[in-house]
Amino acid sequence: MSLKSRSVMVVGAGIAGIQAALDLAEMGIKVHLVEESPSIGGRMPQLDKTFPTNDCSMCILAPKMSESVRHPNIKIYTTSIVDSVSGVPGNFKAVITEKAKYVNQEKCVSCGLCEEKCPVKIDDEFDMKLRKRGAISRYFLQSIPSEYTIDRRSCLYLNKGVCRICEKVCPAGAIDFDDKDKQYEINVGAVILSSGIDTFNPIHFGNFGYKRYPNVVTSLEFERMLSASGPLGGHVIRPGDHKEPKSLAFIQCVGSRDENINHNYCSSACCMFAIKEAIIAKEHIKDLQPSIFYMDIRAFGKDFDKYYEKSKSKYGVEYIKSKVSDISQDDEGNLILKYVFENGEIQYKKFDMVVLSIGLQPRNNITELAEKLNFNLNEFGFCRSDANTPLNTTSEGIYVCGAMNAPKDIPESVTTSSGAVAETLKFLRLERQDLTDKKGAVPEMDVSGDRPRIGAFVCHCGINIAGVVDVKAVAEHAGTQPNVEFSGNLIYACSQDCMNTIKEKIKEHNLNRIVVAACTPRTHEPLFRETISEAGLNPYLFEMANIRDQCSWAHMNEPELATAKSKDLISMGIAKARELKPLKRLPIPIDPRAMVIGGGLAGMTAAISLAEAGHEVYLVEKENELGGNLRNIFFNFEDDPQELLADTIDKLRKNRLIHIHMSTEIQKIDGYVGNFKSTLLKKGSDQPVIVEHGAVIIATGADEHESKEYLYGESSRIISQVELERMMKDKKFPGGRKPQNVVMIQCVGSREEGKMYCSRICCTKAVKNAGVLKKMLPNANIYIVYRDVRTYGFREKYYSELRGKGAMFVHYTPDNKPEVALVNDMDPDTQVNVTVFDPIVNRNIEIKADLLVLSTAVDAKKENLDLAKMLKVSLNTDGMFLEAHAKLRPVDFATDGVFLAGLAHGPKDCSESITQAKAAASRAMTFLNKKAVLAEGTICEVNESRCTACGYCEQICAYNAIEINKEKEVAKVNDALCKGCGACVASCRCGALDLRGFTNEQMFSAFESLDIINVMNE
Amino acid sequence: MENKDMKSAESPKIVSFLCKWCSYTGADLAGINRMSYPTSILPIKVMCSSRIDPVFLIKSYLRGADGILVGG
Repeated sequence: MSLKSRSVMVVGAGIAGIQAALDLAEMGIKVHLVEESPSIGGRMPQLDKTFPTNDCSMCILAPKMSESVRHPNIKIYTTSIVDSVSGVPGNFKAVITEKAKYVNQEKCVSCGLCEEKCPVKIDDEFDMKLRKRGAISRYFLQSIPSEYTIDRRSCLYLNKGVCRICEKVCPAGAIDFDDKDKQYEINVGAVILSSGIDTFNPIHFGNFGYKRYPNVVTSLEFERMLSASGPLGGHVIRPGDHKEPKSLAFIQCVGSRDENINHNYCSSACCMFAIKEAIIAKEHIKDLQPSIFYMDIRAFGKDFDKYYEKSKSKYGVEYIKSKVSDISQDDEGNLILKYVFENGEIQYKKFDMVVLSIGLQPRNNITELAEKLNFNLNEFGFCRSDANTPLNTTSEGIYVCGAMNAPKDIPESVTTSSGAVAETLKFLRLERQDLTDKKGAVPEMDVSGDRPRIGAFVCHCGINIAGVVDVKAVAEHAGTQPNVEFSGNLIYACSQDCMNTIKEKIKEHNLNRIVVAACTPRTHEPLFRETISEAGLNPYLFEMANIRDQCSWAHMNEPELATAKSKDLISMGIAKARELKPLKRLPIPIDPRAMVIGGGLAGMTAAISLAEAGHEVYLVEKENELGGNLRNIFFNFEDDPQELLADTIDKLRKNRLIHIHMSTEIQKIDGYVGNFKSTLLKKGSDQPVIVEHGAVIIATGADEHESKEYLYGESSRIISQVELERMMKDKKFPGGRKPQNVVMIQCVGSREEGKMYCSRICCTKAVKNAGVLKKMLPNANIYIVYRDVRTYGFREKYYSELRGKGAMFVHYTPDNKPEVALVNDMDPDTQVNVTVFDPIVNRNIEIKADLLVLSTAVDAKKENLDLAKMLKVSLNTDGMFLEAHAKLRPVDFATDGVFLAGLAHGPKDCSESITQAKAAASRAMTFLNKKAVLAEGTICEVNESRCTACGYCEQICAYNAIEINKEKEVAKVNDALCKGCGACVASCRCGALDLRGFTNEQMFSAFESLDIINVMNE
Repeated sequence: MENKDMKSAESPKIVSFLCKWCSYTGADLAGINRMSYPTSILPIKVMCSSRIDPVFLIKSYLRGADGILVGG
């Protein structure tokens, strides 16, 4: 019997740590979130935008940061490190040291006077040393916690015993030089490590002149330059002479894919990072020419290739496939790049500015942490984890997520976080949680009958809004509106200190309705609603005016008109707010069971994760065999995939909580989050089975593309990678003879018009299979004809190994594809001639191939559409299931209670499918572990005195949420089913129905304000 | 009055009823992608286009709208 605990320690509070903490906290587990720096947030706050959606990084992160600091189950320790972990899984004892902050965090009001007066000025690490900060400072503008801290290394008083100016100027008396380091001893069941990565310092590469030439910067420095809240306020200028650059060069793989410095891995994110920076820079400076010097463009993630193509077609980014060997500087600070093409040709080009796309590397303190916590590192110094257990460290009970065990981008980090959470559960005691009031919740004020007293806040959103709209004028305009008692501006309304401001103003002015003019309510309304409820207001006494997404961003070139429109929008918001009424949210009971659709690796893994945490699972598989695509994989770099398959099936079958439905189709899925009812039909049976469950996980997989090119099907020697694997396993090759010349063509059916996505796995698969062939037939000649070799992360190692073994790589472009001809038309086993232009020798080469292997695409399943309709979820343009948010909700759907894993989401390998499946299980458990959740308050209501029970609403409701009570002769709304669409309201001929939060009165009030606008504009 | 008509002709005020799930999200996406459209489009979020009562349209016109867009 293993020990079980109710708490977990998460080390590192970047996006990965935050996500892990939130998932655990939602399951009712107490989380100790330990962060070394003075604020949570990690790397994301340093980024300006995120690829491939160009979402503002801080804007999508801020709600998660706020949520974690508010969550009653999360305790945050900043400026803290883990000293030791002892004990056994299920019962660890951890010792945490919190460094002295020298500022009383309870008293500090974050006014910033102390930093202003501090005589010490040191380089600000957060802003990549592009700005100075005081010895007392706030880590960054939207820091959480937002209080100031003193840096003991640079404070004059702490080092030399003189100064204490901050103490004199602090109006709150918060400075405390007697503060001491504090130690905490905590008991936890498991540990999740998420302490992230460092970036490579290019100072070691003298030939690029970093730090010698002022106009050579790193990609992270450039990101801070692009950021609206960065040291340059979002104006791209050359550090040397503050002139706007007109040409900009990005140099890729600086500190990545480099055996000389033991960085023989790909940093995975820098290609997309550079493309994004090139696009954003071009948006800042219209006549800028960005150029990217690269070896391979690795845009392998979901929808990345579309972004890459757009950078060329829409933004004119130039791509130069070559290696930059040297940079020199002229008298004007311009930089002359010397670069070498594959064929040895050397060229020179002058640029105004150069950005070095620096790679990712392990954190400098990882060795120390590894010793303290007793886990191993891999050959590159990252935390070691294995392909089939991608979330485990070598120490039991200690798990890893984020980029700490391999370079990753944001969505993958978030996925690993939820995945790691699922792994910790075996050492935790989960209890289904009741719906209880949050501890310390502020009782709701009764405002009914009070005159509306509206508070209007206008957000700058850095320069996202303030750069276009005159936000001061909008706030002043709001102040002139009837019932507005207070109006003002906020720099980032969603930051913790601004939300505190809102709460203070509510108290100070006795406000009872709040309007915030900022970004979109789709992302930020929940946060503001929670904020006002913390101040004692009903959360529905809130209205947002969308002056960013639907105004400043859309009207960037018309600042005056955008300001006028912002005034209109806030007037409408205020008018509607005047009529708002408090609403109640009703509980919806949750069924703890789940249904997993698809019995491949992802589906089986998700089912096992759920069942091991005590949830009953219905696993539905269309075919009569489990395993999906894994059945066709016979080789891997480190382990045997068939063993993985057998083990997984064994675990699945042994678990009594899992009910397997083989050869079964889903006919219908009814219901909603927590209360689904699905109709299953087994092949050959006419007796449908109905199962009830609270969540659905889609893991339906994908298909291998069947090539229509390269004469596929016309000779037994023209095969796909999957067919090659089977041949290698059976050791049987066409014609009965071992092949001498093998050609592999990459990107067959991928990265083309109409299918503009990378299939992600085929480069690695080709490298893997070529390696196996080389081992089997050491004398065989292998040619891999490729567009970009996308062996991301540690897969790079196998690519360079294969090159070392003599495999030939020939580059082709889609406008000059290789040509294939049969040697003998009549022979079904004929050899084939492959002709391809080789840029290295600058002419066509012809290969008589014994085997032509096509690396075919991963295709979305056609059936996806039916399932998507059944569950009311979306597909992307390639037919893959579309997650709720490309960055921060990678396994959720916009529809509550439905989750996503495996190839159905997009191409990925086994290890990634396992991670995603565990993540999906974990996300589902965040609410399956609750007895009930709260329904929305915006639902329909019936005024019974007006209702004539005509039944028209009953017919019209798409959700069966309304029916006629025959006895009372009135319509009745089912609160749990009502989605609040309001179709019934518009159809009701007696005006008996209304939609709470969007009542006729409230809507009319919004248009009435238009009248006022017109009069005022004249 | 003449003045007002001329002003309307230059930038007619178009009240746009946008469904929260699709076209309102679409309008956000337009902003995220920095696609521009006339500032005279004034979005009003509704939970569903089926919520739009004909009275909304009439009231908007009466209150000075020059045109109405329903997205859903």
